[in-house]
Amino acid sequence: MRLSSFIICFGVIYSVSSFAVTPQQRGLEIAQEADKRDTGFSDLTADMTMLLKNRHGEESTRYIRLRTLEVEGDGDKSMSIFDRPRDVKGTAFLSYTHKTAADDQWLYLPALKRVKRISSRNKSGSFMGSEFAYEDISSQEVEKYTYKYVQDDACGKGNCFVIERDPVDELSGYTRQLVWIHKDEYRPEKIEFYDRKNTLLKTLVYRGYQQYLGKYWRAQEMYMENHQTGKTTLLSWKNYKFGNGLTERDFDRNSLKRAR
Amino acid sequence: MKFRFLIYCLLFFLNSIAQASEGDWSGYIATEWRGFTGSPTDNEQHGDNTSLSAQVEYYREWDAGKKSFRFTPFLRIDGHDTQRSHFDIRELNWTTVHDSWELTAGIGKVFWGVTESQHLVDIINQTDLVESIDGEEKLGQALIKLSLIKEWGDVDLYLLPGFRERTFPSRVGRLRTAAAVNVNQAEYASSKGRDHLDIAIRWSKSIGDWDIGLSHFSGTARDPRFRPSLDKGRSILIPIYETIDQTGLDLQATKDDWLWKLELISRSGQGGRYTAATGGFEYTLYGINDSSADLGLIAEYLYDDRHKSAATPFANDLFVGARLALNDEASSELLAGTIVDLDNRSRVASVEASRRIADDWKITLEARFFSNVNRQDNLINFQDDDFIQIEALWYF
Repeated sequence: MRLSSFIICFGVIYSVSSFAVTPQQRGLEIAQEADKRDTGFSDLTADMTMLLKNRHGEESTRYIRLRTLEVEGDGDKSMSIFDRPRDVKGTAFLSYTHKTAADDQWLYLPALKRVKRISSRNKSGSFMGSEFAYEDISSQEVEKYTYKYVQDDACGKGNCFVIERDPVDELSGYTRQLVWIHKDEYRPEKIEFYDRKNTLLKTLVYRGYQQYLGKYWRAQEMYMENHQTGKTTLLSWKNYKFGNGLTERDFDRNSLKRAR
Repeated sequence: MKFRFLIYCLLFFLNSIAQASEGDWSGYIATEWRGFTGSPTDNEQHGDNTSLSAQVEYYREWDAGKKSFRFTPFLRIDGHDTQRSHFDIRELNWTTVHDSWELTAGIGKVFWGVTESQHLVDIINQTDLVESIDGEEKLGQALIKLSLIKEWGDVDLYLLPGFRERTFPSRVGRLRTAAAVNVNQAEYASSKGRDHLDIAIRWSKSIGDWDIGLSHFSGTARDPRFRPSLDKGRSILIPIYETIDQTGLDLQATKDDWLWKLELISRSGQGGRYTAATGGFEYTLYGINDSSADLGLIAEYLYDDRHKSAATPFANDLFVGARLALNDEASSELLAGTIVDLDNRSRVASVEASRRIADDWKITLEARFFSNVNRQDNLINFQDDDFIQIEALWYF
């Protein structure tokens, strides 16, 4: 009697738990774990080079410096400062991302000394003429997508979870993204972007991961290929620095005007 | 007063530089060609024109970016107009940054405002009119600016010693008033003349989708009124710089694809108190035709309650324009628009376009056309000055 009831109980719990872990839940759990492992860095600065190449092999380069401030309970604040091309030197972009509400964005134009509040609706637009859209480079909050676990797959030397994530915002340029997440380190290794017609548009590959402060993984290179236009963009990262003691004051309109 | 102020600043800067680490030089050299479609009103005025300009910026920061120094000289050498040939120190200032305040001292440049067709609220810097008639090019202004950063907004306090007179084309220059402005005979309402110490204050804050600025300026008007006179038998205009008080409001609401904008000023000191405003919207269509190009549609109403007696040609005017940004590797952009006077139908149309043609090269195109200009409209001065301008800039 006691044994049988135990067996029944075990059976019920087992079946409930196996039912409970739907692909959606599993996908969300993976995204949450990846997010959790990348929190607590407080702030980050880095230098980025963007190498743009078109299908004829013509190249152009942009140098950008980035600062990010982690905001508890909301999206991150970030500032991008442009060093090259030289005609846009000193131009700076300030963004307050939010988990669900529209982001707040300001642009500083150094020639006029003018700070312009801009609309954040332009999610699918190109960032600096590159193959990265604004939504690709902005803070990746868990709440910005719904998730579905797809399968396990080999990726580089390790193994990955493959999850599908669908943007919540209807202004997104994508119907869905397939993300390869490293099983041990919970860092993205590859993302496939599918356009509004659900055709493969772009592939992003992360390369040369290094771990900082014994916790945070950052790629030295991010390579985006547009399959529809043949254009590519290579982001090369240098000088990742965590915990610089940055505050809200380093991310306000005054600091935007001073950004250099 | 101004001279001594500059000497003190310079000594302070030299000391600052000595303490600073490596600095950074950048800038551009540009060549500009301006072609006029018609003969000038006055046969003394020149025809097509070539001009060279250069701007250099030296920037140095230290103390983890909490202190900085900036020096930006500008030079133009014009093919015909000796008054358009000029040198100006756009910036020469030192800044210190703290948790709740910032201080900038020296020569600086400040912009206030949100609208596109004209900039009513913007008043700290004098307009460098010989550079462009759009009023967006400014002369450096000596200033001490203290910014207080508070929970309830930012407050900027300005002391503005040393007034800068507006630049005007010479008698041979184009885009001038029918009678040339004689800049050597400028008059001041204040007995202190250009040494009058101007002051200004501005409060600004972002509240959700709203960006709000409230400002007050007390000092010498940047835009003079004119007194007709004679100089060696020729008609001239003598600029009169009056002392004014101007309260301004600038407001922008960023609602999805719509930017709603308003600038409002109330000014006293140039005759009776008057009110002027610019208000309208910019609506952007993102990724038109599945491309990466954005198209912004802009409409603004320009108002001045002095109506026909206003010093500005824009007393009851409508601006409609479009901004096209291709978002390509060359950062190609185009802004085209027309301002129409709703009373007399006088029109000014303008096009501004730019494109990067190599890593360090940019080319810009600017054109302005005046049409159907009414005799009573201030634009009458420019009616024979339709022009197309091409500029090539090399950045270093």
